[in-house]
Amino acid sequence: MILADINLTLEPGEIVILTGPSGSGKTTLMTLIGALRAVQTGSCLVLGHQLSGAGERARVAVRRQIGFVFQDHRLLGALSAAQNIAMSLEIDSSLGERDRMRWAIAILEAVGLADYAAARPDELSGGQRQRVAIARALVRNPGLILADEPTAALDRQNGRAAIELVADLARRRGLAVLIVTHDLRISGVANRTLSMEDGRIDGHMAYYEVSD
Amino acid sequence: MNGPALGTARPLGATLRRATVLPLSDSALPYRDGWVWLSQWVGASRLAWRQLRCEPTRLFAAVTGVMFATVLLVMQLGFRSALFDTATALPRALHAELVLINPMTMALFRAEPLPRVRGFEALAVPEVTKAVPIYLAQVFWRNPINGRHRAIQLIGFDAEGGVVRIAGLVPLVPLLRRVDAVAFDALGRPEYGDIAALLSRPGALDAQIGSHEVHVVGTVRLGANFGADGNVVMSSTTFHRIVPNMRRSDASVIALKLRPDADPTRVQAELRRFLPPDVDVLTHRQLVQREREYWASTTPIGIIFAFGCFLGLVVGIVIVYQILFTDITNHLREYATLKAMGFTNQYFDQVVICEAMMLAGLGLMPGILLSAVLYRYAAAGTYLTLNLTGQRCALVMVLILAMCISAALLTLHKLRRADPAEMF
Repeated sequence: MILADINLTLEPGEIVILTGPSGSGKTTLMTLIGALRAVQTGSCLVLGHQLSGAGERARVAVRRQIGFVFQDHRLLGALSAAQNIAMSLEIDSSLGERDRMRWAIAILEAVGLADYAAARPDELSGGQRQRVAIARALVRNPGLILADEPTAALDRQNGRAAIELVADLARRRGLAVLIVTHDLRISGVANRTLSMEDGRIDGHMAYYEVSD
Repeated sequence: MNGPALGTARPLGATLRRATVLPLSDSALPYRDGWVWLSQWVGASRLAWRQLRCEPTRLFAAVTGVMFATVLLVMQLGFRSALFDTATALPRALHAELVLINPMTMALFRAEPLPRVRGFEALAVPEVTKAVPIYLAQVFWRNPINGRHRAIQLIGFDAEGGVVRIAGLVPLVPLLRRVDAVAFDALGRPEYGDIAALLSRPGALDAQIGSHEVHVVGTVRLGANFGADGNVVMSSTTFHRIVPNMRRSDASVIALKLRPDADPTRVQAELRRFLPPDVDVLTHRQLVQREREYWASTTPIGIIFAFGCFLGLVVGIVIVYQILFTDITNHLREYATLKAMGFTNQYFDQVVICEAMMLAGLGLMPGILLSAVLYRYAAAGTYLTLNLTGQRCALVMVLILAMCISAALLTLHKLRRADPAEMF
């Protein structure tokens, strides 16, 4: 898949929805911005870091500044809700286990799930699992949130609640959010909605940048 | 609770000051920091344990597999060691610095005759203080209870020479001076009859060896081996009365005692210089080693047990590999998620290796305990000496650990396939 004429800028606190038919390049764009794939040609500047030509270790460092929210939560089944969130903080080894759990429980309080800190993912509802996943994505205070179909596995009420939670926290903290979705029910939370087709967004120019 | 209060005006970033964002330069990533490295292992082990614990059935299967491998290893090593221990029981019982032996003798249970005069010739060396001939033969023993015959090893020597140390022999030395007096090996197979029980009855105990009547004056403890199911100890005079066709001028082996200050290696070299080629001069250690090598390589027995050990390890690797592979496959999407979050392949390698080491630890102790029980039953059934030594436990621990880590290393290629980009 080749992306062409992409010129995308996200401002802090801005929520952008990216939609489009299957095969339009949304996923490819998401994986490039998320430093999950190598950029082969062109320029890709994310949070002030150039990803074009970056090695795996450099891309890992960028990923640590990005929060990912997936369609199906992707929580670790062997860990409790708090432990799943604490895992995200384990990347920063300057924090001890106790501190990580404190932060995890604190952010669970922020998303209204403090009573479920010890619950495993299979003991939570779909909406609760997605909220834990959102908390996990946010706990490291990333500069950017990438969400791939975050409401696809949720009913209308839970989907709306999850997106509003992301939007609320993003605006308060000044995080940029890019949501790939086919769910038009949530378009109301976005500052902008972009449509992508055949590797292009609105026919604009050749590079994209996510500001920090 | 002192945590970040997301509902307040203070930004989360300020509250989480310590959760620093790593710089992008590759060299700045803290892979070489010792504390980071240690804390990574601690974190990896924590995740490893949680992954194992959440699937109790699979954990049980894995631990059972490691237990099985442990038991197999311990039993194979035990039988192999028992083979060598019992096969070398007689050579080890010799209390002599040097021995003379026919070069054609591969193992003592089948010793070739050696001219007894070589012992006298060896006494020409000043450091040699004693030369004691030992006679060995296999003859049929008649069970005094049921009358059945079974081959038994005869060991004839001058017990007062002090060159043979067998448990229980010392108090019987005066009694063995008597003609036709013998001491029975109580660790022999029961098919020879319960001689110890018969001895406890009042009165003398007579038995038949070959066509000769003997008087059993007591018991010693030497042990059965693969060459002989039992032993009878006697003087050389009694020996030649039982085996008259064996020439007194031919010994099976001659034990040489040296002066306390003598260097066995130097005396050995000197003896080899002037003794004729129909005799070989060995140190005690070399004699034992020759006996071990015979059973290890000349017969298939040593090879069989070594192969058994190898099979045990292979089975263990396969079982642990299967468990870890399944675990990784089932958690591949989770690992891909963690990669997306910024965890490295190195971290996942640590998780899998920690899982393997935990399986080794969990299966090892029960396996060794079960082996100890099986040793008792096996020893009772085979009349072999099976000892669960600390050295063997340590060796098995190392082998099991290596086995589990090898299985883990084989699964690491699977982990590389966890591509975070594929999750979108």
